[in-house]
Amino acid sequence: MWIYEKKLEYPVRVSGCDPRMAQYVMTQLGGPDGELSAAIRYLNQRYKMPTGKSKALLTDIGTEEMAHVEMIQTMIYKLTKDASIEEIKENDMGAYYAIRDKAIYPADSTGNPWTAAYIQSIGDVKADLYEDLAAEQKARAVYENLLKLTDDPLLKDSLNFLRERELVHFKRFGEALRDVEEYSQCKKHY
Amino acid sequence: MNKERLKMLLKLQEVEFACIELNLYLDTHPQDQMALMKYNTCAYQLDVLKKQYECMYGPILNFGFSQSQYPFQWIEDPWPWEIEY
Repeated sequence: MWIYEKKLEYPVRVSGCDPRMAQYVMTQLGGPDGELSAAIRYLNQRYKMPTGKSKALLTDIGTEEMAHVEMIQTMIYKLTKDASIEEIKENDMGAYYAIRDKAIYPADSTGNPWTAAYIQSIGDVKADLYEDLAAEQKARAVYENLLKLTDDPLLKDSLNFLRERELVHFKRFGEALRDVEEYSQCKKHY
Repeated sequence: MNKERLKMLLKLQEVEFACIELNLYLDTHPQDQMALMKYNTCAYQLDVLKKQYECMYGPILNFGFSQSQYPFQWIEDPWPWEIEY
């Protein structure tokens, strides 16, 4: 069961409309290393986890990623909502607008729709956790790219928050991996 | 959104964030008594803040986790993406 909370995890603010940046940010919604990939990855992998610690962690980080999906959607919404047709055309958002106006859609920054092929869940818990560690690093790198693509201090503040979360998740996944390794070593002695 | 409400919302986000962070830490350090104490303190603060906020501005939780005045306040604006901080 999941419960929706009518609030963001962390405030999303932008200095003004910027349809070009909205399209760049979109990759963290529907791109390979985006927040949707992260949530779906962890919330599917958790069923094979062998220990209380790893089951809890994948559930909780997977849930937090859903809150990050909402933050990215909010960024895109706020960066585009006041854009005029001229601004949309000037900022290369015309191709997107032609299909879906300013609607939110999980695609990467070049328009490829989100696909489950971005993630893995293979049942070897150590391999899955290694994927999670890599995913957090890749997401961090994407946030660093995005931070270089904008001068908006308000947007940067929200992007920085999300970048920091990737670092914390990486650390926790490392601890979960050690826990799962210890568990599999104990099992061998039975 | 008025200043008073925004201030309360930011406080709520702050305390809930502390809970999230401590929760993830406790997932892999369940025997850290100090962290657990902090978690329980933050959880209590969060409960108080949520009740205060909901009492003034309507529910932030649905599906029976919060009560509503008449008419059903859940449908009221602003939604999270519409808030200007």
